[in-house]
Amino acid sequence: MDLAALKTQLKNFVQSMFEEGVLDNQFSQIQALQDSTNPNFVEEVITLFCNDAERIINEINRNLGYQNVDFSNLDSYVHQLKGSSSSIGANRLKLACANLHQASDERNKEGCLQALQLITCEYCLLRRKFQALLHLERSIVELETNQK
Amino acid sequence: MVLKLQQSHHHQSVAVKGNEQMGTKRGYTFIQSNRDWLPKLILLWVMVMGFISTWIYKKMDADNNVRREEVLSSMCDQRARMLQDQFSVSVNHVHALALLVATFHYYKNPSAIDQETFAEYTARAAFERPLLSGVAYAERVVHSGREKFEKQHGWTIKAMQREPSRLRDEYAPLIFSQETISYIESLDMMSGEEDRENIVRARATGKAVLTSPFRLLGSHHLGVVLTFPVYKSKLPPKPTMEERIVATAGYLGGAIDVESLVENLLGQLAGNQAILVNVYDITNSSDPLVMYGHQNQDGDWAVVHESKLDFGDPFRKHQMICRYHQKAPTSWTALTNVFLFFVICLLVGYILYGAVIHIVKVEDDFREMQELKVRAEAADVAKSQFLATVPHEIRTPMNGMLALLLDTDLSSTQRGYAQTAQVCGKALITLINEVIDRAKIEAGKLELETVPFNIRSIFDNVLSLFSEKSRNKGVEVSRDKTNRKPSLAVFVSDKVPEMVMGDLGRFRQIITNLVGNSVKFTERGHIFVKVHLAESTQPVADTKVETCLNGGSDEGLLISSACQFKTGYEAADERNSWDSFRHLVVDEELRYDAPVNTIDEASRGITLMVSVEDTGIGIPLIVQDRVFTPFMQADSSTSRNYGGTGIGLSITKCLVELMGGHISFISRPQVGSTFSFTTVFKRCNKASYNDTKKSIVELPSGFKGLKAIVVDGKPGKQNGHVFKLPKVILLAKNITNVELEKAKAAGFADTVIMKPMRASMAAACLQQVLGIGKKRQAGKDMLNGSPVLHGLLCGKKILVVDDNMAHQRVFAGALKKFGAAVECRESGKAALKLLQLPCCFYACFMDIQMPEMDGFEATHPIRMMESKANEQMNGGMDEDSGRKGEWHVPILAMTADVIHATYDECLKCRMDGCVEAL
Repeated sequence: MDLAALKTQLKNFVQSMFEEGVLDNQFSQIQALQDSTNPNFVEEVITLFCNDAERIINEINRNLGYQNVDFSNLDSYVHQLKGSSSSIGANRLKLACANLHQASDERNKEGCLQALQLITCEYCLLRRKFQALLHLERSIVELETNQK
Repeated sequence: MVLKLQQSHHHQSVAVKGNEQMGTKRGYTFIQSNRDWLPKLILLWVMVMGFISTWIYKKMDADNNVRREEVLSSMCDQRARMLQDQFSVSVNHVHALALLVATFHYYKNPSAIDQETFAEYTARAAFERPLLSGVAYAERVVHSGREKFEKQHGWTIKAMQREPSRLRDEYAPLIFSQETISYIESLDMMSGEEDRENIVRARATGKAVLTSPFRLLGSHHLGVVLTFPVYKSKLPPKPTMEERIVATAGYLGGAIDVESLVENLLGQLAGNQAILVNVYDITNSSDPLVMYGHQNQDGDWAVVHESKLDFGDPFRKHQMICRYHQKAPTSWTALTNVFLFFVICLLVGYILYGAVIHIVKVEDDFREMQELKVRAEAADVAKSQFLATVPHEIRTPMNGMLALLLDTDLSSTQRGYAQTAQVCGKALITLINEVIDRAKIEAGKLELETVPFNIRSIFDNVLSLFSEKSRNKGVEVSRDKTNRKPSLAVFVSDKVPEMVMGDLGRFRQIITNLVGNSVKFTERGHIFVKVHLAESTQPVADTKVETCLNGGSDEGLLISSACQFKTGYEAADERNSWDSFRHLVVDEELRYDAPVNTIDEASRGITLMVSVEDTGIGIPLIVQDRVFTPFMQADSSTSRNYGGTGIGLSITKCLVELMGGHISFISRPQVGSTFSFTTVFKRCNKASYNDTKKSIVELPSGFKGLKAIVVDGKPGKQNGHVFKLPKVILLAKNITNVELEKAKAAGFADTVIMKPMRASMAAACLQQVLGIGKKRQAGKDMLNGSPVLHGLLCGKKILVVDDNMAHQRVFAGALKKFGAAVECRESGKAALKLLQLPCCFYACFMDIQMPEMDGFEATHPIRMMESKANEQMNGGMDEDSGRKGEWHVPILAMTADVIHATYDECLKCRMDGCVEAL
């Protein structure tokens, strides 16, 4: 496929993610940080993020599974996840984290579970999108190295 | 009623108290001056009415009695007349009998009548004399003829005592008698005193005479004896008394049973039970003799009627006395009438009293109101004076502040702030002027001015004012909720001319009021202001997006956010929703090249149609018709929650109508409201346009470039300089000054734009970047970020400590971008190892929240270590104070939620600052 077309596709894809509110400007900043000295920056960050997020979500899940939820512990996890998602610009995930944070502040287990569900959904969506994005990214890098 | 009266007395006392408070300086009415007399008056009224009622009752009673008397007298007279008639009938019969005796006993010779004949005849004719118990005839016998008479009849003349009569001049023995009284035959009538008197009177007058009443023999009824003279020969036409006495042959007598007579008579008449009748013989007026009736019988002696009776006897006088059997019954009609009259009078009195009390109360109230009015007027005067002076007092220093605000060179952020401050300050001045205007509107003295102005910049200003507000509001509420703030956006149709003539201030006031309301009542969703020409038949055509201002939310892209809003929030007025807006945009793309021809319309006025749409709480249906009433808010809870006086919309309405337009709204509770109004402006001619163009804060001429920025979020071009947008957006959040400074230290100086992004703000930033660009010569590639920062950070070793790998990576990437050599560690402990003295790091960014050892904990030993080293060093080179505190690695905290407390904590732990790290 044509490199330019691929780039346009990538651009449109990212644009659509912006439009849906999945990502915010932070992500475009990350994209901007990727250059020739750092060609896999975006992929690297995304992978780091996904590993981190999955781990945290599992932790939160485990935490909420207990009879007596340790909310302060939960809080620190939520905080981490929120930090991660805001650093990558995952806007909706960040919002979902805020919900969970609020529910946790209120010591509302039911609300926490709902928020966790939302977080899980958002994360799945995000991961799917990221995978598609990385796929495009890799194709572009491949094409570029081929051309060189 | 008594209760009511008491109540009214109570009222009155209250009123009197009020009156005392009022003082005496005002004139009193008659009622006021006599108010203390009112209870006495009402008492007097009641008494007078009582007297009048009694009087009326008496009068009616008297009338009644008169009527009773009349009835009695007529009844009595009737009875008397009938008695008299019956009596005279009896007398006539006796007279006839006398004539019979005269004719057959004396004119015939021998006598054609004897005792037998007389008895038979009288018995058979007795029906004609029902009142007479019997009749008898006594012959006149002189003493000389007594022997002859006794011889002829064969019996001696007996006296009343049944013994032979004593010697007299004359005798009157009974020769004929009716069988019923045959026992008195041969009795000498002259021997009885009464009879003798009767006889003498009868023969002298030739008329029937009566005895005084006595108890009749046999029946024991009261009765009288009637005596009638019989003459021998025919009397001359006018006989003298002597001639009559001489001619007397005998006497016919009869006993009349008066009691039976009257009894019968009364029995025949109606109303017999009602009255008592007494008949008296009053010949001797000092001693009336009862002829009929019981003297002592009970009866009503109050009403008595006397009727004269004439029984034909000139010597005797009789009278009939009638009275009622029972006392006059109480007249219930009269009593009822009087009572009703009294009640009515009482009511009338009460009503009058109530009216008077009411008047008193009203007058008191009136006086009080007057006093209050005077005070209110005084207060109003004071308020007017206050309003006249205070705004000026505020305005003068304000102008000084605003004048100095932009005097010096400022960084883009500072400049942006300063511009905002200036704009806000100007808006404040305008608002102060509007306060004065409000007073003018209230006084009806508002005059509209006509100045040229730029509609778009008006909207920009107003929107910036409110986006600032809503941003602050969002910060105060919660950082997590900042994304839920409403979005503010303006769309101005391309057909709307740049400059119009009209009253800028009032127009601005209207917009401010409406948008202000929307902002106030909208928690989430959007506030969308749309402006187009009212004449435009196809508002969709020939339009393009002129200005899109997006504030309050983190979405950088208006179009995309439009889609999102549409899915989330519904607007009250469907015609004016984002849908149609999107159509406009699509059409704009299609018809971008269509020429806009407005020159031929220059002479006409322009009618603008402005609508302000929000997705707020809406207006409850009940109060929708009162929305434009002054001081009206939906309910008290509304003003509690949202503040405000409720005068805004009424002023807006006044203004719109003054400007020749009208205002209307559509609102659905919990969905949102859309206020639409039209205004008429004059077209602006070129000359004034040019004059004013410089004085008005213009948006950059190449503003269409911003459209590219806004829509694409990609690097845009500004006068040939490539500008890297991500740099701008990097910290485009709500941050405090402290964070901002740290951010600058981190290398993003000069390129910070605060969200919400506004045209003027962006313009200020762009201008500054442009200025830098000029210094460094045009066309320099700035993709590598700020050259200053690049120089600052290039080759410097910087430590980033963060357990969050993604975050760490991103941050390191950003720093590397500026040429820094970045080391990364994932925990405080690891960082501590690296920071052992002597250390070569230029700076250290440390996450606060880390497992095991957080940022604060990690900083502590570092500082301890450093101070120890410094002490040692200072001890060594005491003289060289310049090298004091050499060991000090700048440690900057990183956290996702910078609140003030966190910053304080940072300083306490001797960190050097705090960065809001995304």
